[in-house]
Amino acid sequence: MATNNAIDLTLPDERGHFGIFGGRFVSETLTAALDELQQTYSKLRQDPDFWAEFDRDLAHYVGRPSPLYHAERLSAHCGGAQIYLKREDLNHTGAHKINNTIGQALLAKYMGKKKVIAETGAGQHGVASATVAARFGLECRVFMGAVDVERQKLNVYRMNLLGAEVEAVESGTRTLKDAMNEAMRHWVTHVDDTFYIIGTAAGPHPYPMLVRDFQTIIGRETQRQSLELIGRQPDALVACVGGGSNAIGMFHPYIGHDETAMYGVEAGGLGLDGDDHAAPLSKGRPGVLHGNRTYLMEDDNGQIMGTHSVSAGLDYPGVGPEHSWLKDIGRAHYVAATDDEALQAFHQLTRMEGIMPALESAHAIAFGMKLAKTMRSDQSIVVNLSGRGDKDIHTVASLDGVHEDQSGVVS
Amino acid sequence: MSRIAAVMDTLKQQGRKALIPYITGGDPAKDATVPMMHALVEAGADILEIGVPFSDPMADGPTIQLACERALAHGTSLRDVLAMVTEFRQQDSRTPVVLMGYLNPVEAMGYETFVASAKEAGVDGVLMVDLPPEEAEDIGGIFREAELDVIYLIAPTTTDARIASIAASGSGYVYYVSLKGVTGSAALDVDDVARNLTRIRQQVSLPVGVGFGIRDGATAAAVGAVADGVIVGSAIVNLIADHAGAPDKARQQVSTLVREMRQALDG
Ligand SMILES: Cc1ncc(COP(=O)(O)O)c(C=O)c1O
Repeated sequence: MATNNAIDLTLPDERGHFGIFGGRFVSETLTAALDELQQTYSKLRQDPDFWAEFDRDLAHYVGRPSPLYHAERLSAHCGGAQIYLKREDLNHTGAHKINNTIGQALLAKYMGKKKVIAETGAGQHGVASATVAARFGLECRVFMGAVDVERQKLNVYRMNLLGAEVEAVESGTRTLKDAMNEAMRHWVTHVDDTFYIIGTAAGPHPYPMLVRDFQTIIGRETQRQSLELIGRQPDALVACVGGGSNAIGMFHPYIGHDETAMYGVEAGGLGLDGDDHAAPLSKGRPGVLHGNRTYLMEDDNGQIMGTHSVSAGLDYPGVGPEHSWLKDIGRAHYVAATDDEALQAFHQLTRMEGIMPALESAHAIAFGMKLAKTMRSDQSIVVNLSGRGDKDIHTVASLDGVHEDQSGVVS
Repeated sequence: MSRIAAVMDTLKQQGRKALIPYITGGDPAKDATVPMMHALVEAGADILEIGVPFSDPMADGPTIQLACERALAHGTSLRDVLAMVTEFRQQDSRTPVVLMGYLNPVEAMGYETFVASAKEAGVDGVLMVDLPPEEAEDIGGIFREAELDVIYLIAPTTTDARIASIAASGSGYVYYVSLKGVTGSAALDVDDVARNLTRIRQQVSLPVGVGFGIRDGATAAAVGAVADGVIVGSAIVNLIADHAGAPDKARQQVSTLVREMRQALDG
């Protein structure tokens, strides 16, 4: 592959900056804990044994490599580029989130921390955290906005079954951003014995870097599998962007390779003209939240705005700092898919390929189909299918006007 | 010499400790803040910390989270808080005022604009909870040029090496966070505070204020015995919340508490 020498591929710098983005904007009490994490991780990052252990868990526990699948009927339907799906939905627990929680649980183990905490929106990261906590014998507490606890009851129960305690967060907008605030507050108070497993490639340094590193397994496999299946690298990559972990995991190994275009798909909600969306890269501006400088949805006074998306996993007013940097240097493009487009893509993929995507991933499918139509049939696109749709069936049913009886059977 | 340094100097000469109350600007109403500021001074406050409400107060416990929500419910902005300081200064040109809050409202206003407006309003210092000295390197100059004190936090977890760099970057005073936790936590350990202050003073010549967990005369006196100043937030904000519908009553209750602390500190 041709490499682009103009882009600095070594970022972040030692203080966690990607250009003007990233960094570590936290209250003083957390600095020592972040320093400890950074020191541990920079040592382990050079340690082949650590990565061997990580790879072993990914192979035998998560079930990697995840397949790269040629969606032939979907491609034919679009009548343009060939669409390939990176099947993160087939991972244990049903999404890419587990790649990261395995990595961070290993860090917790090396640091001798017996308790882990996590924030969650849709509950996928909470489930992935509770899962590795069970697997590694760690005590787990998950912070979840009270609104999300209500709309994702099944995942709350899954976490409970796995032995995790779920704390409903009643402050602010009672969604993901507030769950993250509360997790930070808990961490400040229990910083000596607790490891905070952040669920996306955001937060204070070194989180955006280490979450990215763990998720790059997606992009590295894609590079290898593309050569085998397509005979070359794809012309474009497409991934949904909530906090940005599945997208950066797929994009990062490709950053230096200009012949592959990259598209991050944000939650367009009810449309980008109003305020009911979760698209900070498309419509926001740089600011500081949750420990890093990045694009945010905020009002003129710097207050963080409430967001809207049909998918709880994209319902976040910020985004990982590396995406902000990729946007500003023009290496990646950021677009949006609306609730309706995502829902339609959910049905199309389900009917045409027999694959039910998570509503988050359906945003990527929606844009991938649009993009394919503008390309030639000898070109190819890889869409990251970040998760499976089982968790969203109730949401889809109610949006489609299908009613459930008390046993959960739809009619 | 800055207004903060002057007050700290005078207190030191008198062998007294600074009493530094915190309230959130615009809580529970925009027009409640300035009268409360005057009441605090009358009851014996030496320096005032005024919180700039933020939607995501990550380092605060429930008391100040709710104060932010009350203030934001009627749209209190950084501009509004600056206007409150301007109004306060019409009657009080002596008492230092520190703005305390999170970085994003300042970032949204722009550093140059903020510093100029704060200076013009009569603000003496700023404490941005989520702005550690490393991230302030680029903007520190703007504050220094305007002679606005930048107050940094030191925590029980802060290493000696970092204490040195905080000492070099800060001015006015440093704010020692007495415990691992958020604002409003109760578990104050005075012996532990004393030990840490000894460690901090080996490198910091600025006055050291201590906050988190000070709620009455007794805790104020205990901490005052080892610190240069005591910072009281949640105990006051709780009283404001309890009397949100009756501003006169709130001022009266808060004054009583602040007076009790003043006497305990001076006693
Ligand atoms: C299946 C799935 N995809 C995507 C996301 C969005 O997160 P990120 O942008 O970090 O990949 C989530 C978050 O819950 C998710 O569950």
